[in-house]
Amino acid sequence: MKKNRVQIPIGPIHPALKEPIQIEVELKGEHVENVSITLGHVHRGIEWIGLRRNPVQTLALAERVCGICNIVHPLAFCTAIENAANIKVPERAEYLRVIYAELERIHSHLLFLGVAAHELGFDSILHYTWLVREKVLDVIEYLTGNRITKAILMIGGVRRDITEKQMPKVREALEYYEKVYKKLCDVFLDDPTINARTRDIGVLTKKQALQLCAVGPTARASGIKKDIRQDFPYAAYADLDVEAITPDVLLNEIRGDTFDRVVVRVLEIKQSLELIDRCLKEMPDGPILYEPMLQRLLVQLRQVAGEGVALVEAPRGELIHYIRMEKSEAPLAWKIRAPTYANLSSIVPMLEGCELADVPIVVASIDPCIACANRAIIADKNAVLDQEKLHALSVNKTRALLKGGSK
Amino acid sequence: MGLGAFKRSLWVFHLNTGSCNGCDIEIIAALTPRYDVERFGIKLVGSPRHADVLLITGPVTRMMKDRLLRVYNQTPDPKVVVVVGNCGATGGVFYESYNLEGPVDRLIPVDIYVPGCPPRPEAIIDAIAKAWAKLEAMEAKK
Repeated sequence: MKKNRVQIPIGPIHPALKEPIQIEVELKGEHVENVSITLGHVHRGIEWIGLRRNPVQTLALAERVCGICNIVHPLAFCTAIENAANIKVPERAEYLRVIYAELERIHSHLLFLGVAAHELGFDSILHYTWLVREKVLDVIEYLTGNRITKAILMIGGVRRDITEKQMPKVREALEYYEKVYKKLCDVFLDDPTINARTRDIGVLTKKQALQLCAVGPTARASGIKKDIRQDFPYAAYADLDVEAITPDVLLNEIRGDTFDRVVVRVLEIKQSLELIDRCLKEMPDGPILYEPMLQRLLVQLRQVAGEGVALVEAPRGELIHYIRMEKSEAPLAWKIRAPTYANLSSIVPMLEGCELADVPIVVASIDPCIACANRAIIADKNAVLDQEKLHALSVNKTRALLKGGSK
Repeated sequence: MGLGAFKRSLWVFHLNTGSCNGCDIEIIAALTPRYDVERFGIKLVGSPRHADVLLITGPVTRMMKDRLLRVYNQTPDPKVVVVVGNCGATGGVFYESYNLEGPVDRLIPVDIYVPGCPPRPEAIIDAIAKAWAKLEAMEAKK
C-alpha cells in the first residue's frame, strides 16, 4: 500500500450496518479511491437444505431467505414450482398475490426511507417513517395473521382470502397512506438537508448501470426503464398496466444519484397504493387454491419431471428462482438469484470519489439485503477464482445436473 | 422487586450472526415510536464495550463465530445475553445446515431466550425487562 493512502474496514459488525457485510475502502485524504466487498457472513446454506425437504416444507425455508422480502421469495419459489408442474393458479389467488406483494413493497420502501434517513443522521425521519410503517404491518397482520413472516403463499394459490368484511380496514389504510405520501414528498423531496446530503452523491450513470446489470430501483434511478412487472408480468400484473418509474416523471431529469434512488422509492409507494386499490376493485370471485388437500398436492408434485424459472419484481429488483424436479420428494436443484447480488457491484462506481462520511448512505441507497445475497461461501480463502475457473466450475455443475443430481 | 441496585439506563448492543433480518427489523420496530423502548431509558449502542445487554439474532454462521466470541468478550461484566428468535435458540429452520456453528448457547452462556420467528416487539421488550431484573440481582449481590 502506498504511503498516503489509508485503508478503512467497515463491518462486518459496524454501527452503520444493519447486517454483516465487510466493505473495505481505500482512502486518499477524505476521498474513496478503491472499494472491496466481502460476502458470506450470512450464508446459511438454504438452497442445500431445500434439496433435502419436500416443496411444501421448503416453502417455509424460502420465506426465511430474507425477513423483509418474505412474500416475493415464496412467490418466486411457488411460481417456479407451478411452472415446472404446469399448475394453473386460480385467478382470484393471482390478484391476492399482487395485493400481498404490493403491501410488502410499501413496508419495504418505508423501511428503506427510514434507514436512509438514519444513515444521514436524520433520526427524527427514521422515527416518522417507522411510525407510519406500523400501519401497513397492522394491515398485513390483519390479513395474514403475522406481522413479518406472513406464511400466506402456497403452491397453487394463497392460504387466506380477503373477505368483504375485511375490505374497509384495507381501504382505510390506503386513505391513510394517501395523506402520508404527501408528507413523505415534503420531507424527502423538498428538505434542504436531505438534498445537500444526497444530490450528486454516489452517481451511477445509465451506461454503468447497464454494464453492471443493476436491477430494480437502482437501475430505474439511473434511467433504465426496466421492471419485471412491466416486462415479464407474473401473477395478475399483466392486467394492471404497470409502468416502470424513473425519476424524470417528477424531476424532469435523471442524474442517477442517491437522491434519485430515494425519489424512485417514494414514487413507487404511490404506485403500490394504486395497484392495491385496483386489485381490490377488479378482483374476481372464485377459489383461492389449486389443490386444498395437501397430501394430494404432494403426490402430484412427486410425479413432476422438469424445470421451472420464475422472475419476480422484489422491492429491491428482479428476483429469480430456478427449480428442477426429477420425480422425487425433494427438488433436484434450487437456485436463487436475489436482486442485491446483482446490485452489489454497482456500489463500487458509486463509492469511488465520494467522501468517507457518505459511504453509509451510498451503500444504503441500493437498499442492500445481505441475507438475500449470500448464496455461496468461500471455503478456501487462498483460492482465487478467475473467469476461466468459474466457467469450468459451472460447466461441471451443469453436467452433474444433467446426469441427475447436484446433491 | 424494587428497582434500585442497577442505577443506570440499560444499554443494549445488537449483533446479527447470520439472521434473515426478520428479528432485526422487529428490534428496530421496538425502538421506534409505536413501542418506543427509549422511554424506559433502553438504548441501542454502537459498541459492545458500552453495553449491558447483548441482543443476539441468527443461527451463528461459520464466519460470524469468532466475531460473536469477540463481541461477547468485549462486553463488560455484569452482562446479560438475550437470544432473539428461534434460529439463535435451536437453529430453527436451518438446523441441519453445513455452515452453522450455533445455536448460540453452544458458544456462549445465554440468559434469556425469546422464541418466535420472528418474535413480536412486545416479546422482545419483555425479554429486555427480564434482563434488567437479572442485572438488578447481579448488581445487588456485589
